[in-house]
Amino acid sequence: MFQKLYDWIDERIDITPIWRDIADHEVPEHVNPAHHFSAFVYCFGGLTFFVVVIQILSGMFLTMYYVPDIENAWKSVYYLQTQVAHGQIVRGMHHWGASVVIVMLLLHTLRVFFQGAYKKPRELNWIVGVLIFFIMIGLGFTGYLLPWDNKAYFATEVGLNIAGQVPLIGDWLKVLLAGDAQIVGAQTLTRFFAIHVFFLPGALFALLAVHFILIRRQGISGPL
Amino acid sequence: MKKGKGMKFVGDSRIVDRPKNTVPKDYSEYPGRTEAFWPNFLLKEWLAGSVFLVGFMILTLAHPSPLEGMADPTTPGYIPLPDWYFLFLYELLKYEFASGPYVILGIIVIPGLAFGSLLLAPFLDKGPGRRPHQRPIAVTMMILSLAAVCWLTYESASHVDWKARAEANKPIPKQDVEIDTSDPGYAVFKDNCMSCHGEDLSGGAAAPSLIGIDKTADEIADIAKNGTGSMPPGVFKGSDKELDQLTKFIVSVNKEAKK
Repeated sequence: MFQKLYDWIDERIDITPIWRDIADHEVPEHVNPAHHFSAFVYCFGGLTFFVVVIQILSGMFLTMYYVPDIENAWKSVYYLQTQVAHGQIVRGMHHWGASVVIVMLLLHTLRVFFQGAYKKPRELNWIVGVLIFFIMIGLGFTGYLLPWDNKAYFATEVGLNIAGQVPLIGDWLKVLLAGDAQIVGAQTLTRFFAIHVFFLPGALFALLAVHFILIRRQGISGPL
Repeated sequence: MKKGKGMKFVGDSRIVDRPKNTVPKDYSEYPGRTEAFWPNFLLKEWLAGSVFLVGFMILTLAHPSPLEGMADPTTPGYIPLPDWYFLFLYELLKYEFASGPYVILGIIVIPGLAFGSLLLAPFLDKGPGRRPHQRPIAVTMMILSLAAVCWLTYESASHVDWKARAEANKPIPKQDVEIDTSDPGYAVFKDNCMSCHGEDLSGGAAAPSLIGIDKTADEIADIAKNGTGSMPPGVFKGSDKELDQLTKFIVSVNKEAKK
């Protein structure tokens, strides 16, 4: 039955080439931990993506309860943490995932760096990867404020003051992020929420797509 | 592929005419035991992912994610602390050459140089050799930067008493507890405890809230006399009768809060 369904779709939109581009390729021996255990270093990139998927899914569920408003943000997180079935686990996955993704990203970057895998012709993919790293740091910074507890508030205040000290664009940058030159408050929370949930994930998805397309296009770098 | 002049198009469209090449590259350039990605390799990858997921879930279940009390800009003496992966930047700004008049150095120049050269690494390290010993400058710079980041993170984190921080900032929702100020215990509280634990028992920077604690009168009396954690012994300076009034008062407030 599935074959029939596949054929029906394939006849209309010629799905086979797309499918083969995505999944039908050979995995060379030097990246396969089944042959050389030390090749586990090649897993870091895939595991980073795995944690990103965990972050997306757990984040989607968190927004079902979270309220980006200074009166209710903390209360909604507290409610999620203490009352909602499995709320503590979902929030825990998002919290720990945020740290684990940075660790895995660092390991992946170091693997690529020390193997010199960014050399010609893969310079562009390295740049895209470092941009993904910056986006992740931005996600960590904006996500830290959202529970609206004391550590979030005071750390964000420090972070915004640092942004304000940047020459020339500092004041403008601070107002852009915080919504006000002085107050860290209601506007800051909604802006950080929007940046964390819409702007940065949008940029992240685009960069991830480019990252993966380039990998499939160029293949994995050869053995050292 | 032909570029620019001489490009061929399909019919009169703008679609470039190129030989159909949907067959993936084979890896004959690296002779060895290649394996099909689908389904053989993906199955193994999925198994490795499952092991990773189990470890991740154990971490999540063993350590519930922290939550402190609701943000209160008026909290006095709160020492701000960013998430752990920002600690090295935070620590860097404490050095003399990276703060005060030199703050531009700390927030722009040093991180800019470090992350800028990371971004442009392929163009700074242009040699053909890929092995680490063939590019000593790039590898040395990376190891030095990593060591610096590790050292700064360690310096920053080792001075923090994480347990005391968590203890002092427990998430307790604001209770609308009626505090009976005519209670004789309240007078005792006012004289002995209020300077640290606050007018409405909700705590402050120096001491935790006394609402929402799960302690008996005897335990409270013991803490009042002998201290606990960062609270020194001998804070309570009253008679035994006053101590009795105090503990009864605190227990009654907690009973009220539980309703």
